[in-house]
Amino acid sequence: MANASTLPKLPRSGATRITRSPLRWAAPILFYLAIGFFVVNLIALVSTVVIDSFAQSWFKTLLPPAFTTNWYTSLGDDHDIGQLLLNTFTVAVTVTGFALIIGFPAAYILARKQFRLKGLLTVLYLLPLLIPPLVYGIPMATLLLRFNLGGSILGIIIINMIPILPFVILVLTPFIEQVDVSLESASRMLGAGRLYTFRRIVLPLVIPGMLTAGVLAVVRTIALFDLTYLVATTASSQTLVVALYGDAVAAGIRAHQAISALAVIYMLTTMAFVIVALLFVKPTQFAVQIKTNSTKGG
Amino acid sequence: MAETAIKSTPITRSTRRTSPIRFDWEIIIFSLPALLFVCVLFVYPFIYGVSLSLRTGALGDGDFTLNNYIQIFNDPVQIETIGMTFEAALPVTIFSVLVSIPLAYFMRRGIRFERLITTLLILPVTLGTVMVSQSMLIYFGRQGWFNQALQALHLIKNPLTLVHNWLGVEISLFIQGFPFVFLLILGYMSGINPDLERASKMLGVGAWGTFRRVILPLALPGIAIAFCLNFVANFSVFPSAVLVGEPNALTRVLAVQAFRAAYEQYNRPAGTAIALVMGGIELAVVGGVLFLRGRFTRGATLGGGKGT
Repeated sequence: MANASTLPKLPRSGATRITRSPLRWAAPILFYLAIGFFVVNLIALVSTVVIDSFAQSWFKTLLPPAFTTNWYTSLGDDHDIGQLLLNTFTVAVTVTGFALIIGFPAAYILARKQFRLKGLLTVLYLLPLLIPPLVYGIPMATLLLRFNLGGSILGIIIINMIPILPFVILVLTPFIEQVDVSLESASRMLGAGRLYTFRRIVLPLVIPGMLTAGVLAVVRTIALFDLTYLVATTASSQTLVVALYGDAVAAGIRAHQAISALAVIYMLTTMAFVIVALLFVKPTQFAVQIKTNSTKGG
Repeated sequence: MAETAIKSTPITRSTRRTSPIRFDWEIIIFSLPALLFVCVLFVYPFIYGVSLSLRTGALGDGDFTLNNYIQIFNDPVQIETIGMTFEAALPVTIFSVLVSIPLAYFMRRGIRFERLITTLLILPVTLGTVMVSQSMLIYFGRQGWFNQALQALHLIKNPLTLVHNWLGVEISLFIQGFPFVFLLILGYMSGINPDLERASKMLGVGAWGTFRRVILPLALPGIAIAFCLNFVANFSVFPSAVLVGEPNALTRVLAVQAFRAAYEQYNRPAGTAIALVMGGIELAVVGGVLFLRGRFTRGATLGGGKGT
């Protein structure tokens, strides 16, 4: 591949000027067509599920001929929706909470300190994100079975922590890096203690990062299928995503509208978390974050 | 406690150069919980998995054996499975990267509706594989909107079969992976110093020449990382290979086989062995790409500020 040093050899192509103008004119059209095609299909993909869940029947027409809410009212026949929601919430909130508590100090060290084995530590944190979940998931599920935690909520929480904790550390580190060290130093020089500085200076400035990491971790935990599936072997320990997969695999048993209804419940759960989180984060906080970022970089 | 604290913080910036050997209790105390967690929950299960895969018995209670590995490499079905996993993972990874490069190049200085576009692109990540696959069964089905639209536009006569085959898995992996690859490459491209581009233009190089000789070499390390991360995710594809693929024929990937061995044939050691082979192959590919990245891009890291 071209090295930076080979650059000055180039200025002999006068012909490219001519080809540049049609490209310049066509490029935006091609760009918006490509991205537009993807996004339109994406929105349509999600919309079909929502429409399907309200359809009495739906074949080969643009929209279903008649609508009904029966698929939602009869969801309880197949699933204990309350239990599914409770399990999903418990797992997502517990995993995220623990990941934030344990991950914050680790991210703080990665952001602020330089030390000998830092590279090794970083690799160790990154490995669970790079190795396929089944590789450590099957032995971990076997271990949990040996400790009588197979098919339990605690087991699901434990196995989900494995990729979520490194993920939280990864997301938090740049947010902590952005908080100016001199603010901490100033507070300390003015006589504030370590804990006071942390509580009044570091924490308020890192809250947007904590919320971002928290929201992303919750959303990821809800959607994380492979690992939960390995442990959720009992009906009482199933989460929404496992139940949805179970229904979709056994598609012949029930109407696809019934599966769509469960899918909509699943989607609303994820959205609810995101919307609640956005209520607590002021958009301006994100703006400040982005501003400091660009001034630092540029 | 307070004394060491006052000493340590104001000099954190200079520690980079002065004393990397200095013993720092803070590092140990702060990192210990996370470190313990990763060791107990990741490193230990991993080592346990290796020893599990070398034993007989449903839960690995039996004697030492190499049989689980010998069986994989002696079984033509499993060898075929490895090939199928590559056939499922490689094309969609290459396609995602190739599509993302020109799109990211165009968007590198920001465009209209950028916020909206990026927000919409994160949607599939939010929904997760199972939800995307389940929606695909309806949307890309023979009577779904996608086929209806193509027929209404008279592009096709008979509906296309887009799910329950290899193509279904590719589409599902693309929906999941493309936004991620695109945003990652976009990040690298917008990080390239715009002055380099201006300099190249000033020296009379056209847009294509500048892209090929300046932007692409500088973005290549980032593109390699995006390729690796996407390949890792695609190589271990599991739920969508079952839901929108043909798990008994063309999309019988390693993850599906590992799960079947461990959970349907109740042979945890055999399942673990297949999973470990999957992880080993995947790490070898990633290692190879990173090695090439190191060889080709040495010296081409003239980074710069973001934006103008």
